[in-house]
Amino acid sequence: MTQVSMTVNGKAASGEVEGRTLLSSFLRENLHLTGTHVGCDTSQCGACVVHVNGEAVKACTILAAEAAGAEVTTIEGMANADGSLSVLQQSFQDHHGLQCGFCTPGMVMSAAALLKENPKPTEAEVRDYLEGNICRCTGYHNIVKAIMAASGQEVAAVAAE
Amino acid sequence: MPKDSGIGASSKRREDVRFLTGQGNYTDDINIHGQAHVHFLRSDIAHGTINRIDTSAAETMPGVVRIFTGADFEALGGMPCGWQVTDKHGEPMQEPKHPILAHGKVRHVGEPIAAVVADTLEQARDAAEAIVLDIAELPAVVDMKAAVKADAPKVHDDLPSNLCYDWGFVEENKAATDEAFEKAAHVTTLELVNNRLVANPMEPRVAVGEYARGTDEHTLYTTSQNPHVIRLLMGAFVLGIPEHKLRVVAPDVGGGFGTKIFHYQEEAFCTFAAKACNRPVKWTSSRSEAFMSDAHGRDHVTKIELALDADNNFTALRTDTYANMGAYLSTFAPSVPTWLHGTLMAGNYKTPLIYVNVKAVFTNTVPVDAYRGAGRPEATFQLERVIDKAAQELGVDPVALRRQNFITEFPYATPVAVEYDTGDYHATMDKVLELSDRAGFEARRKDSEARGKLRGFGINCFIEACGIAPSNLVGQLGARAGLYESATVRVNATGGLVVMTGSHSHGQGHETSFAQVVADMIGIDENMIEIVHGDTSKTPMGMGTYGSRSIAVGGSAMVRATEKIIAKAKKIASHLLEASEGDIELKDGAFSVAGTDKSVAWGDVTLAAYVPHNYPLEDMEPGLEETAFYDPSNFTYPAGAYTCEVEVDPETGVVSIERFASADDFGNVINPMIVEGQVHGGIAQGIGQALLENCAYDENGQLLTASYMDYTMPRADDLPGMADYIVDHSCQTPCTHNPLGVKGCGEAGAIGSPPTVINAIIDALRSGGHQVDHIDMPATPAKVWAAMQG
Amino acid sequence: MYNFDVVVPGSVAEAVAALGEEDAQALGGGQTLIPTLKQRLASPSVLVSLSGIAEIKGVCKTDDGQLSVGGGTTHATVAREAAGTFAGLAGLAGHIGDPAVRNRGTIGGSLANNDPSACYPAAALGTGATIITNAREIAADDFFQGMFTTDLEEGEIITEVRFPVPEASSYQKFEQPASRFALVGVFVAKFADGVRVAVTGASNDGVFRWDEAEAALSANFAPEALDGLTVSGDDMINDLHGTGAYRAHLVGVMAKRAVAAAS
Repeated sequence: MTQVSMTVNGKAASGEVEGRTLLSSFLRENLHLTGTHVGCDTSQCGACVVHVNGEAVKACTILAAEAAGAEVTTIEGMANADGSLSVLQQSFQDHHGLQCGFCTPGMVMSAAALLKENPKPTEAEVRDYLEGNICRCTGYHNIVKAIMAASGQEVAAVAAE
Repeated sequence: MPKDSGIGASSKRREDVRFLTGQGNYTDDINIHGQAHVHFLRSDIAHGTINRIDTSAAETMPGVVRIFTGADFEALGGMPCGWQVTDKHGEPMQEPKHPILAHGKVRHVGEPIAAVVADTLEQARDAAEAIVLDIAELPAVVDMKAAVKADAPKVHDDLPSNLCYDWGFVEENKAATDEAFEKAAHVTTLELVNNRLVANPMEPRVAVGEYARGTDEHTLYTTSQNPHVIRLLMGAFVLGIPEHKLRVVAPDVGGGFGTKIFHYQEEAFCTFAAKACNRPVKWTSSRSEAFMSDAHGRDHVTKIELALDADNNFTALRTDTYANMGAYLSTFAPSVPTWLHGTLMAGNYKTPLIYVNVKAVFTNTVPVDAYRGAGRPEATFQLERVIDKAAQELGVDPVALRRQNFITEFPYATPVAVEYDTGDYHATMDKVLELSDRAGFEARRKDSEARGKLRGFGINCFIEACGIAPSNLVGQLGARAGLYESATVRVNATGGLVVMTGSHSHGQGHETSFAQVVADMIGIDENMIEIVHGDTSKTPMGMGTYGSRSIAVGGSAMVRATEKIIAKAKKIASHLLEASEGDIELKDGAFSVAGTDKSVAWGDVTLAAYVPHNYPLEDMEPGLEETAFYDPSNFTYPAGAYTCEVEVDPETGVVSIERFASADDFGNVINPMIVEGQVHGGIAQGIGQALLENCAYDENGQLLTASYMDYTMPRADDLPGMADYIVDHSCQTPCTHNPLGVKGCGEAGAIGSPPTVINAIIDALRSGGHQVDHIDMPATPAKVWAAMQG
Repeated sequence: MYNFDVVVPGSVAEAVAALGEEDAQALGGGQTLIPTLKQRLASPSVLVSLSGIAEIKGVCKTDDGQLSVGGGTTHATVAREAAGTFAGLAGLAGHIGDPAVRNRGTIGGSLANNDPSACYPAAALGTGATIITNAREIAADDFFQGMFTTDLEEGEIITEVRFPVPEASSYQKFEQPASRFALVGVFVAKFADGVRVAVTGASNDGVFRWDEAEAALSANFAPEALDGLTVSGDDMINDLHGTGAYRAHLVGVMAKRAVAAAS
């Protein structure tokens, strides 16, 4: 066991880990930040996406030891300082961009990374960027809509009779 | 005008806030002090005789608490099957024993052989590697038609063959149906496969068992769509624990799609082991494990024949299906290819004679059970494909052929034992043709051709039977469960209320939509209502969520309970207002006396119920809490028409969905936003089945698609763009037999879309001069390209 | 995963020393190795993470006009920083895996693994790149030795890859739909002295050069120069996602598309 330290959601965090401890396990089990989910073991589903030093990373495919000293942001660190939903989170709610909620943390983290590097993406760019995030519930339609809307672009209003 | 609250409003989902901030409470988020972890050693061969399992070295490994094998469960019941099908000779189906851990033989890759409980998961895995297995491999049987041959290896040695049942429906129609085929002016025949799928909810299954020695109480936290069903099956049939000593909790559940209906070995194991080890025991499935332990879906091989008269009226339909059960009967497996499939073969059409034969077959594969749509997608796919082929053979417009044969008068009794209460199939057809701009298709096809692409237009209609019911009927059909739903409405003293529903939300948004209904009925703010589900210690005995039944059955139970609440509240109000009960009206959260300005607020009435100082105690009990059990008198019959335009790249065989439109009739709609979301999700899974998804085994029973590296999940860029994708539910013929007039919307997309896509692909290929009659799903680029090579 | 120790050295020299331990294994971005470890298909005693070595990260032009990419450079960095100088390479890097994978996965890790469906081997072989390690320089034509096999010695670290920058190039990938690795990927590079064509994803022997296409395109760098040219499907991968014949057909299609798209 070795001690690793990093900054998680702006706060210092440390814990005892084995060499094989993944960042996702460290977050979930050591820090009890269970918003980061694990949906596969082949680095494809993206439910575990967090930001490491500002970049989207699959937390199930990086060792905790590799993240030592890094700035890590998880879904728990995405709301506004007063606890209200961020523009992006609010857009997911407004446009019904989630159903069961399991892929949602990874979706939000990927979407946030996209909007940081590309503040006004086209629909095709959004769909392309979500290649590593699998959702089984929504058919992605409303996720794409939520991200486009969060970027300040017009999208058709949600279902209204 | 869109409403801003209550029934018909697109209320934003209240559950979203916790999911968007990482505050959900999924089963894997539950960790109990002192818990141990279990790792299941699973079979890596499809079929073999277990000679010996030597756990002695493993037991000495660090952290090991205890290792279990099949022998530890000999005294207990096996996994129960919840539906008994009777075959065409009146005999019950063959029902093999289904052990918690393999005993004597292993029968599919992934079957659990031993369970290692250890302090940590990695220690359990380490120890599992030290278990020495002596298993003599036997020839495996994977192909269903091979499995029913006399010399096939037997999956279960104690059964006469690999045939679970040979079901004929309706047997009395068979001779007349055959005769109609002899007289037919035209017969169209099609052989097809409905591909095996893996449901793949994004949350893998998890089970945490806990046991309180002091009170002899068991608790199971599990990823289930129906915790009460699990409690009953596991308690009564597997472990022998009475319900009052067993609590089953299904907290936030990350999608189900059918595969979390069933009672699984891992649930029984963790409950059992928590007592045996005197420690909480947790199992978290990896995705790789899920592929070989979650029940799979579909997997039918069918020959369908459609008879038409000289005027192109459908005169008879005959189908012959092999349905894969896998190695064991999963909880509701036998019902899927029979009562959820045969009864749907009439579709939207007035075909007078129908005969359905289904042979259910055991193979050395993972058990197969219900997956979104369950039987109805299989029925729709064969019917709508054979109709398209008939239109093509006869040289008639596929839309016109469908319209000509539509059922137009309701109620309509089909020749396959169900009675459609209401519907308007021309209306949804009209709507979808308008939305899809069929008139502009030829111009778009020319544009595609100018770019070197083949473009096709696909049409499809479907009917589904949802809200499976009534209990006494399904009992006659073999169900070993009732199919009612329950709700308790508990009004608090200050007027807020809690609805404890037997339905279970795992993405459907019940916490929002159910609250909308009750808020509307009473005239109070939705936020005064809490919806509680998923815990047998809180909710009345209920059957859970599957088969698009929640609002139609669970919602109806909630309405009935709320009606009881309102009736009692009116009595209290009449007392407070000193008026006759018949004159009391409830509107906007206040009770008033008709024709006067006297009124009393909802909160004053509820307070009186619990502080009954001024209260008719001699006539009525205090308190305001009511329960209702609702058993529907019929299924509901959502229906719709879908269209799709595809482009095929002739160089590579790649198919892209260029346009998609759906026109669904769900009857009344509670929350349009949620309904559209359900349709989007269903269509994505249907497009997935049509183009991408396939669960494949090799001839030795090895699973070839055992991870997302080989099983293709639909991604965001596989689906049509926003501008060319419309889902519509404006055609509404309300259900005639439930109080909300609702029909259910969860499965429609998955049922309606696969044939739409394949019909479009065939149209595209034929437009390019390729004489292709059919292409099996998934229509992968390789398969489409091969079809074009002839 | 079996347990292992992790070391994160700050220099190539330290990493080489750490790799001298018995059963030590280098960890690049981990996007392939970590999933492999999860399946317990490898059991290193020590993982030597190369992620902390600044000297093997980055993209720059060399004095002789080649593009130098540090072995520890992520795909995302190459996609961004090579865009102006070598669009074919940047385009390839920008479509490996998905964005989160590209933020971790490295060129050195990809080349050392030599997955038969990986993209980078096509660029290295398709340009005649030089793979530079802590010990020596290896020509791409010598480096790839069949699927999952390279000329690398135990403990040898890819520190840099030097790409001759073509006049025009393009990589066209036909994705295996599930994994989104290359079912067939073709890298075409036009140099003053001729054209190179490398194919990944298709062959049982891993990445290979398509000699006939190179000759035809060297004479006439146009898609139609490939008309009538075929590769044999006999030695192609034959699996659930495509037969050898289909892959062979796609080699021709993707090669033409690469020529048409080359810039």
